[in-house]
Amino acid sequence: MIQPVSDLPLWAAMVVAAFLIFGSALALIGAIGFLRLPTFYERLHAPTLGTSWGVGGIMLASMVYFSVSSSRPVLHEILIGLFVTVTTPITFMLLARAALHRDRAESNGNVPEKHQHDLEDVEAIQGNAEEN
Amino acid sequence: MSAVILLTAISIAQLLIALAMAIASVRMFRGPRAQDRIIGLDTLYINAMLMLVTFGIGTGSTIYFEAALVIGMLGFVATVALAKFLMRGEVIE
Repeated sequence: MIQPVSDLPLWAAMVVAAFLIFGSALALIGAIGFLRLPTFYERLHAPTLGTSWGVGGIMLASMVYFSVSSSRPVLHEILIGLFVTVTTPITFMLLARAALHRDRAESNGNVPEKHQHDLEDVEAIQGNAEEN
Repeated sequence: MSAVILLTAISIAQLLIALAMAIASVRMFRGPRAQDRIIGLDTLYINAMLMLVTFGIGTGSTIYFEAALVIGMLGFVATVALAKFLMRGEVIE
């Protein structure tokens, strides 16, 4: 049974409070960086502060709080932490590749061109696929 | 004493996360191109998920955890679908 907030021991309350403020401050710093950085490729990096230790801090706070207040280990918040940690690089790499594709197609900004050896690699891979 | 510490920390955390959500939505409405808007949406739902978990700590009920998990999974699928749309022009080929 979950006890009300007032029954928590002092050390647990302080640990939970520290993790909560740490995580939410990192989320806010990430959002501010996301607003202020000048180009898209720089802006892409800022919100990952919130998705790595922002999520991690708040999930740790939740784990400590529910473990102490229900006096048994409650670890299911790890699910959210793992899920966000795994999925954020996937979404951001997909978005960065989409943005690079669009910038190259419209040839705006100083985006690096596709290298010749990349094209050769692609052709080699396609040639292998056709042989198989 | 511990209740005061916890409630103060939860209030501060919710305030900071609400500010982060406001900033993310500013970028989502203002963002010069579509990819900025998509990342704004991504940041917005991650922060909404964190906000739900802090609500769960404040009320002591575990139902908020499930809501946060669902928000995380749906947000991931939505962002991947939008990125695919930007890349290829359609979602399912």
